[in-house]
Amino acid sequence: MDDLLSDFLTETHEGLSAVDEALLRLERAPDDAPTLAEVFRQVHTIKGTCGFLGLSRLEKVAHAGETILGLYRDGSLKVTPEGITLIFAAVDAIRKIVVGLEQNGQEPDGDDAAVIAALDAAARGESVALPSAPQAKAEAQVEAAPAAAPAPRTPEAVTEAVQTESATAQQTIRVSVEVLEDLMTLVSELVLTRNQLMQLARVSSDSQISVPLQRLSHITSELQEGVMKTRMQPIGNAWAKLPRLVRDLANELGKKIDLEMRGADTELDRQVLELIKDPLTHMVRNSGDHGLEGPADRRAAGKPETGRILLNAYHQGGHIIIEIGDDGRGLPVEKIRAKVLAQGLTTEAELAQMNEHDVLRFIFRPGFSTAQQITSVSGRGVGMDVVKTNIERIGGTIELRSKEGRGTTFTIKIPLTLAIVSALIVQAGGERFAIPQIGVVELVRVGDEHEGNTRIEMIKDAPVLRLRDRLLPLVSLSSLLRLREAPVGGLKGYVVVMQVGANVFGIVVDRVFDTEEIVVKPVAPILRHITMFSGNTILGDGSVIMILDPNGVARGAGITAEGRAEDQQTVSVTAGIRSDSSTSLLLFRAGDQTPKAVPLGLVARLEDIPVERIEMSGGTPVVQYRGQLMPMVPIAGHWEAPASGRQAVLVFTEGQRSMGLMVDEILDVVEEPLVIQPGSDRLGYLGSAVIAERVTDVIDTVYWLSHAGGDWFRGDRKSSASHQKPRLLLIDDSTFFRHLVVPALSAAGFDVTAVESPAEALRLRDAGVEFEALISDIEMPEMDGLSFARNVRASGGWMRLPLVALSSRAEPEDVARGREAGFTDYVAKYDRDALLSSLRECLSSPIAA
Amino acid sequence: MQSISETQRTGASMAALALAEREDEVFLTLTVAGQTCSIPVLLVRDVLGPQAITPIPLAPAEVAGGLNLRGRIVTAIDLRRRLGLPPADNADKAMSVVVEQAGELYSLIVDQVGEVLPLPTAGICPNPPTLDPLWRDVSLSVYREEDRLIVMLDVERLLNIG
Repeated sequence: MDDLLSDFLTETHEGLSAVDEALLRLERAPDDAPTLAEVFRQVHTIKGTCGFLGLSRLEKVAHAGETILGLYRDGSLKVTPEGITLIFAAVDAIRKIVVGLEQNGQEPDGDDAAVIAALDAAARGESVALPSAPQAKAEAQVEAAPAAAPAPRTPEAVTEAVQTESATAQQTIRVSVEVLEDLMTLVSELVLTRNQLMQLARVSSDSQISVPLQRLSHITSELQEGVMKTRMQPIGNAWAKLPRLVRDLANELGKKIDLEMRGADTELDRQVLELIKDPLTHMVRNSGDHGLEGPADRRAAGKPETGRILLNAYHQGGHIIIEIGDDGRGLPVEKIRAKVLAQGLTTEAELAQMNEHDVLRFIFRPGFSTAQQITSVSGRGVGMDVVKTNIERIGGTIELRSKEGRGTTFTIKIPLTLAIVSALIVQAGGERFAIPQIGVVELVRVGDEHEGNTRIEMIKDAPVLRLRDRLLPLVSLSSLLRLREAPVGGLKGYVVVMQVGANVFGIVVDRVFDTEEIVVKPVAPILRHITMFSGNTILGDGSVIMILDPNGVARGAGITAEGRAEDQQTVSVTAGIRSDSSTSLLLFRAGDQTPKAVPLGLVARLEDIPVERIEMSGGTPVVQYRGQLMPMVPIAGHWEAPASGRQAVLVFTEGQRSMGLMVDEILDVVEEPLVIQPGSDRLGYLGSAVIAERVTDVIDTVYWLSHAGGDWFRGDRKSSASHQKPRLLLIDDSTFFRHLVVPALSAAGFDVTAVESPAEALRLRDAGVEFEALISDIEMPEMDGLSFARNVRASGGWMRLPLVALSSRAEPEDVARGREAGFTDYVAKYDRDALLSSLRECLSSPIAA
Repeated sequence: MQSISETQRTGASMAALALAEREDEVFLTLTVAGQTCSIPVLLVRDVLGPQAITPIPLAPAEVAGGLNLRGRIVTAIDLRRRLGLPPADNADKAMSVVVEQAGELYSLIVDQVGEVLPLPTAGICPNPPTLDPLWRDVSLSVYREEDRLIVMLDVERLLNIG
């Protein structure tokens, strides 16, 4: 019997016992939704697995059971005692088949038509004659018999079956997660107590306790190691079955699938491994079934016929990251939207405010599936919610990225909540921190030059250290964590040289204590957003200490810049416009005499290209640049090759792609705050700004990039463009009215957020959310528009924003009262054109407070 | 909850019975900057004297730091800062009320811890509309006593930081 089958049998035995128990509970309380969901999931799991093992008889029974359970779960059928009896009959039939399977390694012959027919009838809502259940039971027993022995000796076959069942059950001992967790917690506490004792022993000089203490310490370490060892397993163990599963899946669905597995030797806690095994299987199955297209569709989409599923596991800081990706069709955002509405999971207004990512996350809701057909593989809306529940149960998170046409990648992040690690204890700004030893390469003492120590040098504000043949970038821990500033007279102390991925950098600390075994405990949820820490722990002296996350430190210090280059570019476009701080701007001339500006951060290189090298391709100027053809876009509109000379070009790069913007002359680089005056309707320009005391046009980089043809920022374009839409906040207690106004304003090019009360709006204000203008109703319960206006004008970040009143009462005295309260304009409800022109007017002129 | 009330019922004491029946109305009072507040006593896991608290860099301002409660790490919330009050003059005498929320322990740092007492429904009034919005957000209602008013805090909201 192969491993797959024996595991299936063990699991199914357990599953069936759980179903029995749950069904009994359900019989007592037929409306218990969680129990119903549990039964459904168990049966679904059995069905799903046996589909892959080619156990068709078993699958049919399970499928029939699942169908009726699905109807119960959705509430379209009422749970009746008769129905439960039927499900019991199905469970018995499954059990009998499983027993036969255990004995012969294959399904016993037989026919479960009676049970299935009864289940199907019940599913159609017909009342079912009860006798059919016992009858089916009897049949199943009889059928099991020939498999066990040639003669139909029913009672013996049953006894035998029971014996075999218990034999399999004893092959593995399953220890409940709780017991393992407790054991690990106890060992952790023991380690801490040992550390405390050692600390005490170091201070006192009582030699009598030192020997037994050494012994205790030794045993503790061994015990710890032992407990850890029993729990660590390479993740490959959980993957071992996947190639087979994928192969079968490919055959069944007529697809070509290539499964690539990376990082199979990444070790993780046994308990964690157990818990993620099923979710992983589920997700790989989903990728194959929903994610990847058939060969024909792939060809049509210009992709290789063979689809790819990539599994990747690696350690990152205190976490294990597992990625499950495919290069298939991606998640259908619009379909999900439609489905979300159809299932009433949210309202249209709420949905309109959600970004794509939030919409995609609906696939983690129970009962949600976008598969058009219910196949035997998946598509019953059990799956992603189970996956998410299982991962969250072990304190993990699941994220997804999806691009339509390109594929979907799920990233599971599981914290090593129980791990005991060795850490270096350091001090910075008067506080102690733990740095996991695993990332520490070496320690360098710095400071006192005359003692022959290495000295920290500064390049502008960036501290660096000459370390042998390299220049090591440094991060001061106290300034990174905004602790007390380093003493005047330069940085001194120690540099902890760290390696994170390919990046080597140094963390400057004031003091280094010794290393200590620490138990990583997760921080409280309200602190999880601080990426600098991977957890906290209690030291030998009983004090609480934060554990640094080397990844977070590297990211916080700007040392790693990989992976999110696109986002950063988008952010810098907006940051350059919105922030009041100085931005490096490249000034150039193109077309007319007005200087043009672009944030320097967006420009990859400046080139001066001989015009002979500029060639024409399909009517577009191009240049051979670094082994590729780079499209050239003339900012002046059209371009004619001059006879000779050189052409100034700003090169923009994203990934492998480059684009050259042809300009007349590069003028200067200046560092100035960029305050753009909106109001320019010219395509390709964000507006004007006063830079270096001259009126300067600020170009819209996104526009020019998209002009280079092709798909710059495909998928991202929308979001970066929407950043530049004026953001409006609409406050109106009427749902109907919000529905009326939001689409109208969105269509007119605004980014609209709608809330139903001034209180909610003020919460947004206090949370620091920014808008360009506010639109408020006047008559509202609790706080009316007038007091809202007074409140906005009195204090907070919105004091100077345009505030437009919308009211059905627009008599002159109402308007006067509105203005008195602080409204900028007063528009009758609902005069769309008046509202739009009022907004345009408000937004184009600077607001006088 | 039911099991508690049942064991107490078998205890045969009339007082316990009375208490059990109104157990969700028993509160612990505490004082911040002279204002008496209350939290449901059932949420309280411990009351501690002044503690060594490790500050947590980059944490929200309301978070005073972490402290060690018998091997468990407790996140300390400075109730004065949470309620927008100035820091205490004698912060070294501050008390910690440890509460549990979703399996995590938090300690609320207060000036003083008062007594455990029932607050019958009759004396509970809604928040005055003029109450500071910050307080209105964390206060469920106000209890009237003859000589003082008790702000009944919502622990879940209090811990909803950041």
